[in-house]
Amino acid sequence: MRIVHYINQFFAGVGGEEAAGAPLEEKEGAVGPGRLLEELMGGDAQVVSTLVCGDNHAVENQDAVVAAVVEKVRAAKADLFVAGPCFEAGRYGMISGAACVAVEAELGIPAMTGMHVENPGVDLYREGLYIVDSGKSAAEMKGVMGKIVAIAQKRLKGEPIGKPGEAGYLARGLILDAFVEKKAGHRLVDMLMAKVAGEPFETEMPVSSFQATPMPAAIKDISKSKVMIITDGGLVPRGNPDKIVGMAATTWGTYSIEGRDHLKGKDYEISHGGYDQRFVEQDPDRLVPLDALRELEREGAIGELHNEFISTSGLANPLSNTRRMGKEMVEKVRAEGVNAVILTST
Amino acid sequence: MVQITSALPIAKMIGSNRTVLGHGIVHVAGDPNLSPEEEKNLRRKLVKQAMAALESEEKE
Repeated sequence: MRIVHYINQFFAGVGGEEAAGAPLEEKEGAVGPGRLLEELMGGDAQVVSTLVCGDNHAVENQDAVVAAVVEKVRAAKADLFVAGPCFEAGRYGMISGAACVAVEAELGIPAMTGMHVENPGVDLYREGLYIVDSGKSAAEMKGVMGKIVAIAQKRLKGEPIGKPGEAGYLARGLILDAFVEKKAGHRLVDMLMAKVAGEPFETEMPVSSFQATPMPAAIKDISKSKVMIITDGGLVPRGNPDKIVGMAATTWGTYSIEGRDHLKGKDYEISHGGYDQRFVEQDPDRLVPLDALRELEREGAIGELHNEFISTSGLANPLSNTRRMGKEMVEKVRAEGVNAVILTST
Repeated sequence: MVQITSALPIAKMIGSNRTVLGHGIVHVAGDPNLSPEEEKNLRRKLVKQAMAALESEEKE
């Protein structure tokens, strides 16, 4: 059993913040918490290589560092990759999450990490990874590493991992089928009775929480701005040339509106489940308000309407996916010199 | 960015900062019960509201 372990400069004993700019370095064998990892794995498990990188260097050069980590894990012929645990260290969590996702995707071996629930790496990567709930304190290293090892061993043997609370990892938002004794109504009343009595109960549908997005500054003068329309209502040219799927879409498209004053139903279709599409298919301006915006452009109320709109289907989509698409759209919006976006959502 | 949507509670829950209430889930910027001209006026009104929101510093 060959393990590669990624740790930051602090846990490697290289130094604190003053050493956070240290580039990626490979050390033979286990270093720091890697010794505990090796011991807890037992048997013939061996940390063959420890990858150490300063947290600042890692997040400032994330793509290059992640690519280098994947190559080193590949070269080491590892069966398992472990990063951290990272506790509250945000930069450490972000690079560990990114490295684990890349290792699993490219090498097909299990990758494990551990973080405090408020580590920013959790929000970014929890859906794709088993992230052990580490709490805040590095003094809990032994218990945390024990949970990482227990889940890693189950994964290596192909055994079921169990529920997040039981196995000690942060909920991934997966929905799994299970047989239950009581019908929903009974379970609901049981929960309500427990709540009223002040007894503990476990919700079956935890509400997602979202971090606040800082509000961008207002536009000073929209009559001098370049405006673009984006929709998540799934409007695509007839034939759906980019094959955008109508549920949990992973892609988006850019479609020209150059020289058009309004959109005609015969030219478009909707790829989006869950809503009655007839009204928009009759007149796509009801979703992408081109006719009104063209008039306002002519009247000088807006500076310029960008000659393409962006479209995808915003239905039943995991956050990790929509975040990625959002980032890609932002790059496009920037590249086109657009100052303002009107997003229409169904 | 300003979001025109008829599902305002969802937009607010996910932290959308500038929002305009649309005219229905299935026709967010339209109304098939109106004449084409009235409908375009409705759409102009919505888009102008969206423009005003883009120029405003107030969260809505």
